[in-house]
Amino acid sequence: MRHLLSVADLGADGIEEILRLTDSFVEVSERPIPKVPALRGKTVVSLFYEDSTRTRLSFETAAKRLSADTMTFSVSTSSVKKGESIRDTVQTIEAMGVDAIVVRHQSAGVPWQIAGWSSSAVVNAGDGWHEHPTQALLDCYTIQQRLGSLEGKSVAIVGDVKHSRVARSDVLAFTTLGAEVTLVAPPTLLPPSLDGWPVAVSNEIDEVLPKVDVAYLLRMQNERQTEALLPSLREYTARFGLTRRRAHLLGPEAIVMHPGPMNRGVEIAAEVADLPNAVIVDQVRNGVAVRMAVLFLLLGSGSQLEGLEHG
Amino acid sequence: MTAEDMQRAVWRMAHEIIEHNHGLDDIVIIGLQTGGVPFAAKLAEALQKIENTSVPLGSLDVAFYRDDIGLRPVLPEAVTDIPGDLAGQIVVLVDDVLYTGRTIRAALDALVDFGRARAVQLAVMVDRGHRELPIRPDYIGKNLPTRRDEVVNVTDGGVDLGEMVK
Repeated sequence: MRHLLSVADLGADGIEEILRLTDSFVEVSERPIPKVPALRGKTVVSLFYEDSTRTRLSFETAAKRLSADTMTFSVSTSSVKKGESIRDTVQTIEAMGVDAIVVRHQSAGVPWQIAGWSSSAVVNAGDGWHEHPTQALLDCYTIQQRLGSLEGKSVAIVGDVKHSRVARSDVLAFTTLGAEVTLVAPPTLLPPSLDGWPVAVSNEIDEVLPKVDVAYLLRMQNERQTEALLPSLREYTARFGLTRRRAHLLGPEAIVMHPGPMNRGVEIAAEVADLPNAVIVDQVRNGVAVRMAVLFLLLGSGSQLEGLEHG
Repeated sequence: MTAEDMQRAVWRMAHEIIEHNHGLDDIVIIGLQTGGVPFAAKLAEALQKIENTSVPLGSLDVAFYRDDIGLRPVLPEAVTDIPGDLAGQIVVLVDDVLYTGRTIRAALDALVDFGRARAVQLAVMVDRGHRELPIRPDYIGKNLPTRRDEVVNVTDGGVDLGEMVK
């Protein structure tokens, strides 16, 4: 594995390999000293063209727990403001000697471009509406932790699928591991075409919830209202929000997930997010361990897994 | 070395551990993944039978502490399981074969992250020589002189010496 750009590059074997390795890093994270010397002397740089404090902190924590050095390239205060191209930025960073670049960009495909120019390992930390592979991996890990496996499980992904890279990567990862996915959203928040998506679609959340093992809620952004994709956030909550009443429709073993940051009171009721079957905090905790597994596979293990090869 | 010989060696080493430490107070047995784990379980069982008391048993995978990360494929075989805080305990590290000493070096580094043990001792079923680091076992099942191109196989059925397949 040279880069992690898309869930599609991994296949079921690749995803399972990462989840297996994550077990070891969950154990490391629970130690009195949650740090191993595995990536001593390696440097990981986060190159975030779009703000994301949570994802950036998660990657940096992961790198530090592996004893790698971390650098942050903060776009808002840097040469990019002065008009530097992505290619020049990458070249500059590489000249300083880095081993991995964790990239977040508002346009789909940028991580692929960087991987083409760069001799470092590139990790896609979110590109436009396209993909967010480490989120999908941590979601798979969290489901597996609670429900044993994804095989034959039923997952509802609820909300703004159209603008969600999380939804795209999750659909790929969940279905690769044998889960069935139903997208639940108003038609204006579904992608224009779902050709080739191995999913079912519904706009009746009340019919879907009693049948699922996982209710995965996407963040509803205020902008969707101003873009006239939604009449109002209140109406969205009334039709698609996981209210307290709807949480009772879920089976006793079903879990509630959210990629964060949450809009409590919009896509999820404040008290529902704190129920014992909401695993939102587990997702964050597992995120660090999953990213440790990814960085270790890219920089430390020398593992050349079939199907993980890229570029 | 037959399975019976191995079982006798386990009992002898168990007696040596008890004698050396004047009992089993504060003793923790930790097997190294993968070969040391079944051997550690046998040793712990013998200790418990002799002294009629329970002994904490754990396992350690040293993959993240190895000095050859990046030089060859290194992946953990299993999740590490250390029974509680090691501060003040006497850790008996257990492995099947002692060779270069590099695995033990990695294990010593790893143990520090679980608290400051009072002492660390080393028990191995086979010492095959060829040390590359200043490491010496405290309890040895069998000293087995080998060439570097030979492989030592320790299984439930006994210890075998074979040629390295190239």
